[in-house]
Order: sequence, then structure tokens, then C-alpha cells
Amino acid sequence: MAKILEKTILAPKIVRMIIDTPEIARKRQAGQFVIVRISELGERIPLSIADADPERGTLTLVIQEVGKTSACLNEMEPGEEILDVVGPLGIPTHIENFGRVVGIGGGVGIAPLHPIIQALKRAGNHVTTILGGRSKEFVIMEDEMRKVSDELLICTDDGSYGKKGFVTVVLQELLDAKTPIDFCIAIGPPIMMRNVCKITKPYGVATYVSLNTIMVDGTGMCGSCRVTVDGKTRFVCVDGPEFNGHQVDFDEMFKRMETFKPLEDEAYRRHQEQMKKKPVRKVAMEGD
Amino acid sequence: MGDPEKKKAALRIPRQKMPHLGLHLRKTTFQEVPLGYSAKQARLEAQRCLQCKRTVCIQGCPVLIDIPAFLQLIVDGDIIGASRKIKEANALPAICGRVCPQEDQCEKTCVLAKKGEPLAIGRLERYVADYEREHNAVEVPPLPPPTGKRIAVIGSGPAGLIAASELALKGHDVTIFEALHKPGGVLVYGIPEFRLPKKIVEAEINYIQSLGVKIKTGYIIGMLYSVDELFAQGFQAVFIGIGAGLPRFLNIPGENLCGIFSANEFLTRANLMFAYDFPRADTPIVVGKKVVVLGAGNTAMDAARIAIRLGADDVCIVYRRTRAEAPARIEEIQRAEEEGLKFHFLMAPTRFIGNDDGWLRTMECIRMELGEPDDSGRRRPVPIPGSEFIMEVDTIVNAIGSGSNTILFRTASDIERSKWGTIVADEETGLTSKKGVYAGGDIVTGAATVILAMGAGKAAAVAIDEYLATL
Repeated sequence: MAKILEKTILAPKIVRMIIDTPEIARKRQAGQFVIVRISELGERIPLSIADADPERGTLTLVIQEVGKTSACLNEMEPGEEILDVVGPLGIPTHIENFGRVVGIGGGVGIAPLHPIIQALKRAGNHVTTILGGRSKEFVIMEDEMRKVSDELLICTDDGSYGKKGFVTVVLQELLDAKTPIDFCIAIGPPIMMRNVCKITKPYGVATYVSLNTIMVDGTGMCGSCRVTVDGKTRFVCVDGPEFNGHQVDFDEMFKRMETFKPLEDEAYRRHQEQMKKKPVRKVAMEGD
Repeated sequence: MGDPEKKKAALRIPRQKMPHLGLHLRKTTFQEVPLGYSAKQARLEAQRCLQCKRTVCIQGCPVLIDIPAFLQLIVDGDIIGASRKIKEANALPAICGRVCPQEDQCEKTCVLAKKGEPLAIGRLERYVADYEREHNAVEVPPLPPPTGKRIAVIGSGPAGLIAASELALKGHDVTIFEALHKPGGVLVYGIPEFRLPKKIVEAEINYIQSLGVKIKTGYIIGMLYSVDELFAQGFQAVFIGIGAGLPRFLNIPGENLCGIFSANEFLTRANLMFAYDFPRADTPIVVGKKVVVLGAGNTAMDAARIAIRLGADDVCIVYRRTRAEAPARIEEIQRAEEEGLKFHFLMAPTRFIGNDDGWLRTMECIRMELGEPDDSGRRRPVPIPGSEFIMEVDTIVNAIGSGSNTILFRTASDIERSKWGTIVADEETGLTSKKGVYAGGDIVTGAATVILAMGAGKAAAVAIDEYLATL
């Protein structure tokens, strides 16, 4: 059980929660994740760790509503308990002083990028961060990311904030300007990660991506999360979540991520219908 | 049994048949299939026991249950007493009565088997345990005063549960760390509801908790804490019973197509996560029209029977050897066949072929013949060149076996392992290469049975108790 201590809405359908999980908070490292379950008949979903405070004993999760479970989670309020939070999972990011590093975060992928960039900066790297979102309101955590970056570049699909275009446009400009890049890490929608890798490959820029495939246990037991990397089957939960992006078979991964799509959509649709019928829930009522 | 008349009478009683759930319900629901003996059947069956002086049945039992004693208590009408007699040796009787391969153990050595059918020891074990539980007669046995010694048990499967209960009965302070959200290991994620109802697992685990054993779920040792950190936290001994939780794949082309699942994934979704109850339960599962389960062990039978219940039109086993070599219990194969499972023997897939969306559509198989015996003593399957053919299939469940999960060893490299990844442990005591660390069950032997894991857990508990006395 992990109590929700704080909740902030960062963007439409994107919520930040600070939860009370002292043991994981003390142990987790950049790049790791947790698996969460919210009810007895609930599913287990992997969630990135956006930040942790070992003294306070808290983890920060940034959750985007993409289906029933994430929707239910985002409807929870401070004071409520999350039934299970398991972690830390995955291999921590390999942190060293590469020199000049570019971190790319797209949408909710900005959240897991935060601790990685923070660690890279602390290790002495010069960090350029590119943040992208559909529009201004989806560019989340700008202030936190600015704090841990030497340079922060922002772009939006519709041009409502920063440069107009995808993160790949900004990255291409850096490469065109012959900006030296020793290491690149990209986290965001799968398609964004693939496109970043396509761009950096001809330049020979080492590019890592953090994958978020379907998981059940998260401990290497089921193999639901398997991806092909460098021609070999790897498990994202225990061999990842970060891999050399130039070796990832993204096409296969996209297809595998659709395995349960019709059922997931059905569950989400049923949930949304139920929520419509329910009276609006009151938050932190006085005198309670 | 001294009285020859009584003995003759006993020999005239036939082995009592187990009543089963109707076939329609079996194919459409996850209700338990064997329904259990009636009181009359149980008494009749127990009366068949000859109370032999040489207790060969006990020697066939990995946890050494006093079988003639509990059978006599049934004959005497003391069913609860019979259950408690079993519990002196085995804290999980309702589970073992259901999933032990008795035909290879206690019933194999039963004297009655020489002339006819052996005594149905497993069914009676189940009967008395169910009786005690259903009559709310489960009681905590008297416990010795606390020793103050602390033991960490990693994994809450059969090995860990028995190690924990045995150590608790000796007065030690035991904490089980379980990675998943529910305790039981393979008993909850692996064995399906229709073979082992989860409420029974829960009840037997509650009993172990009533002995003072603490269970912490959602604790992944290796990630959250290392074995060394457990010692630093004040545990004086550690028992590792983490099972065989790593799916094995065939490493042939197309294995990552959608529609191909490891048995671990398929079973975990269906059993632990209740995916058969989707959308009431949130975890989805998909089965196509034509399901092929690879392998012929108990796991394969479980997966096939789940696929039948989830509404697949056609479910079959593809196995590279023959029926004679199939490792599943004969009883499980029979149950599965009654439910409509078909078998293709002497056949193995060579590649999987999908459509543009990445979904499995067909597989190429090759026919096999049996050659010389291999290391396991079974005749080795050899491919027949040029015998490849294409078979239609849209769901594969791969149940060819499982290996050892390595997550624990990331932070415990000082625990010696074999080239197969299993822990090297003393056969008698379970002691590993690391002081104070014991191991048992599938993580030592490779994938085996619930009861063998329990036997190992029990033996290790004895050794741990002796070790703690030296501290």
C-alpha cells in the first residue's frame, strides 16, 4: 500500500502524484520503474519514476491516462492508497561523463527523462534537453527540466510554444549545425523514439531509448515485454528498459504493443461510460 | 491388520471413483473439476488400507506423512484428527491432495497396487483437509516459546511456504518475501482454478500465517534488497525458494509474433490476474480459433484446458516425442482429452509465420522419429529430413519448460550456480555456497513438482534450525 500524498494536474489527462513508498524511494536509481496495481481485480501496469525523495520517502509518478487503469489511477486523490507499488524494476541508466549529451523528452516521456538528465548533469555532462509536446499545455515539467539542463529547447507540434515541429526537427538542426553530441537519450512515444534513432544513426551518435512495452510481472517471468534488440530477444523488464535505439526492432515492437488493443479499448470505453453516469466526485470535502 | 477376515473384506472394496463436474460446465467455466469424496466414499476408501507393518507408502512421500495413521483416523470417524495428523508433517494438505503426483509416490509404493488398484491416498488427504476447513475446525497448534531467531524466506511458493511453516513451528521468527502481489508462487500464478481453487491456497496460506509467519508481498529480493542486506537487517539465515520462473523460448524465426505466449504469461494472466473474467477483471487475454500448445507436461495440459475454457474452437498439443514420454500426469492428460484436447506427437515447429499486422497465422513443423535414448533416459526425437509441412494456427502457448530467474543473483553473485542457472545446494540440507543461505525447490532442481519442492523446503528447515542453534 502506498498513500498518495500530493496530486497535481500537469496537462489534460496527465497527473503528477507524490506517493509514500520509503523503501523504493531509498533504493531506486535513474532509469528504473515501478509496477502498480490499484484494485483486487486490477491489472499490473509499469510506470516510470519521475523523481524520488529518499529523506521524505516518496516517489514522484507522472501518469498519462491512456486506458482504464491509468484513468482510475488519475481519478484517485491524496489520502487514498494505491494497493500495490512494486519496485524498483529494470536496470538503472548507465551514467558516466560522456561529454556533451542530448536528452529528448516527448509528452509524458519527459517525466522518466528527468532523473536521467539529472544524473547525467551531476556526472559532469553538458546537457542539452529537447522537450516536445502536442501543444503548449503538453510540455510538462519545464522548470524542473531547466534546472537540470545546460540548455533547454522546446518545440510543439502546433507551434503554440517554442519551435513548431517535432523533437526530430530540433535534433536535426543541432546535427546540421555540427553540434558535437557524445550521447543521446530519447524517451517518448515509440514512434518518436524510432524517428530520433533514424536521424542519429547516420551521424553515429550513440542513442538510447527507454521502452514501455506490455508487462505483467515485471520480473522476467512472463516474457510479454519481449523485444528484438540486435537480432536477439530481450525482456524490457529485466534487460531494459533502456536499449541501444539503433538496434531495436521498432516495427516488431509497435505490433506487439497492439496485442490486446481491442480489449484495452473496450475496457476503457466501458469505464468512460460508467464515469459519465457517476456524479462528479468531490475532492477533499470540508468537515470530512 | 491382524484379522484375516477383516483383511479379506477390505480387499473386496473397490477403489472409490472421484466424482467430477459435468463436461459442459468443465468446458465453459473455471470451476474445480474433481468434486471430492463423499463421507461414505472416504470411509470406504480408508477401510481398504491394510495397515501394513512396513510403511512403504510413507517412504514414497517426500514430506513423510504418517499415512496409515491418518487413514485409521478416518476409519475411526475422526476426520479432523486425521487432518491434524497430516499437518504434523505437511502444512498444505488440501493443496497436496489435489496436485501431488501420488501415482509416482505414496500410491506407487502401496501394497494394494500389486494386485489391484492402490489406495487413493491423495483423494483422502484432500477429503480430510477440506473437511477440517469447511467445518471451521482449523486450529493453531501449540507453538514453542519464541527463540528470537529471524529467518528470511525468499519466494512464497511450495518450498518457501513449507520451510517457513516448519521453522515457525520451531519457534523462529520467519518473514517471507514474495515478488508478486499475492503469496503462493506457482500455486497462484501457475496452477489453474479448475485444478486448485485459489480460496484453498489462500486458506492454507492463512494457516501458515497463523503460525506467526509474516508475508511481505511486492518485495523483489535482488532489486529492492540484496541477500546481504537481509542479513544486515538482522536476519540470521536465508532460505531461497524462488522457483523456475523464466520462460524458455525455442529461438526459431517468428517467435515474437503477436499471438505467441509463454506458458508463464498465459497462465499468469489467466490465474493470478483472473483474465478469464475480463472485463470484470482488468487484465486481458486473447485466444484465437486454433490454439497450439507446445509441450506435454502438466503446464501444457493446464494451458490447453484454459484455452478450451476461453472458447477456442480447436486446441491441440504439439509434442516432439510420443504419448509414452509425455511428462504430464496420466490423470491430467485424460481430463484434458475428455474436454476435447487433441494431440500431435512426433512433431516440432521450425518457424512461425505471421500476417502484415504481425499476428501469427501458420507455423511450419517438421516430423520427428525416436532415436537413441538421451541423458534423461527417454528416446531422443530426431527430425525426419524433408518432412516439413505448414499448419494453421493463430495462438501458440509455449510450454516447453522454464529456467531460473536471475534477478536475485544480480546482487548475490557469491551464491554458486550450475551451468543451467540453478543454485548449487547440498542435497540433504539445501546449504548453498554462502554461509547461512539455504535453497530448495525448482531453483535447485530445475522445474519439478510441488511436493518435491516442499520436501526440499522441509529438509532445509531442519538444517536451518540446526544451524541457528550454533549461532
